[in-house]
Amino acid sequence: MNGSAVTARRLGLINCHDCHLLVEAHQVAIHPRCPRCGAHLHARKPNSLARTWALVWAAIILIVPANVLPITITSALGTKQADTIMSGVIYFMQTGSWEIAAVIFIASVFVPFAKLLILVFLLLSVRCRTAWRPKDRTTLYRLTELVGRWSMVDIYVVTILVALVKLGAVATIEAGPATVFFASVVVLTMFAAESFDPRLVWDVIEEDA
Amino acid sequence: MVAGSDRRGPGQMSNETPMSRHHTRHVHPDPPPDTDLSAAVAALSADSGPTVIVACHDCDLLNRLPGQSTATILCARCGAVLRRSKPNSIERSLALTLCGLILFVLSNSFPFLAMKTGGFIQETTLLTGIHELWKQELFGLATLVLLTCVLVPLAQMTGLLYILAPLHWGRRPAPFAARVFRLVQEVAPWGMMEVFMVGILVALVKLGHMATIVPGVSVFSFGTLIFVMAAAFTTLDPPLLWDRLDLRR
Ligand SMILES: [Zn+2]
Ligand SMILES: [Zn+2]
Repeated sequence: MNGSAVTARRLGLINCHDCHLLVEAHQVAIHPRCPRCGAHLHARKPNSLARTWALVWAAIILIVPANVLPITITSALGTKQADTIMSGVIYFMQTGSWEIAAVIFIASVFVPFAKLLILVFLLLSVRCRTAWRPKDRTTLYRLTELVGRWSMVDIYVVTILVALVKLGAVATIEAGPATVFFASVVVLTMFAAESFDPRLVWDVIEEDA
Repeated sequence: MVAGSDRRGPGQMSNETPMSRHHTRHVHPDPPPDTDLSAAVAALSADSGPTVIVACHDCDLLNRLPGQSTATILCARCGAVLRRSKPNSIERSLALTLCGLILFVLSNSFPFLAMKTGGFIQETTLLTGIHELWKQELFGLATLVLLTCVLVPLAQMTGLLYILAPLHWGRRPAPFAARVFRLVQEVAPWGMMEVFMVGILVALVKLGHMATIVPGVSVFSFGTLIFVMAAAFTTLDPPLLWDRLDLRR
């Protein structure tokens, strides 16, 4: 089935990324913009694999300080307490707000790691030219696009805490160094998911068929 | 000026709608397809009646869609959503966008949380929160929050208003409307108001252990805004809009 699939590329057509108009490839060679919406046209996202790898590697490196360094520093009555993402989760579990603990754990720990693992898996599967379950891999890709944004929750919590709790001598909350690393991880993985082209999953199967 | 899909080939392969009739033309694929492909194209366009050929954005498969249909259509190979039916989409999205803009102004004018400890009352609006990050020299974070919670949503709403209002009042599309719509679609992943709302709820619980927290007007208008904006984008019908905004008219 895959070998005989009629794709836009096999018919010499390019699908506009923005408005989904089909444009003939030889027209694009002369005029690289979409005649309907003006977007730049490419048969596949340019340098998809190299760009995605680079962004994924950067995120893998930054996710370490994001989890090890403190994300908030609370000073109350002369004592200072530094909290990492995980110690925040544990604090919520101990104080009985386990729903909040679950939200933070899923958004700040589970989603970023899962997203990086899925992207690495997709990149490797394209490199190995596997024909294994392309439909499920495409679904996985759509999932990473959908859930990545939710990792920003912790950044927003820190913003609100920092803005609200500045009561001078009584208590202050400062944003710790991990906030910058963590925000970078979220942004980098969003760009990585953006730059990966799921059509490559299908292309290698068609080429090998 | 020639676009591949706006054409009616020998096999009735066309994405013609009544509005795009002026732009159809015959086409002879170059180079000519092998017999295998011609057969497949013939199969794709077997039915008579207006049909649309679209390429799947996730796997590049060409799918044939019926011209008029109220069903949701999925890609035959990978299951991506190719089209959803959206009745009265321009009027509905326009009404929701206007409503969203009003709620947006409300949300940014009033404090969303107030905190009482002893004699202190500390109030925060979204913008003072961002200003506080800036004062702590967290410039990157301040910019990120400003972009994702204020500027991107604002750009999306004003952009939609700019595109939809002229179409609704029956005028020609506004200048650069196609470019504006492209921008609205491209910035969409970076608008994160609903994520911010969850952040507010988490902060409420966290601070509840330290002090008395009073949710402000803004929390409620912000919560409503999220649903209104989600509805505005769900009622939006991009294929219809692209047809109306076509640069070639
Ligand atoms: Zn286009
Ligand atoms: Zn598909």
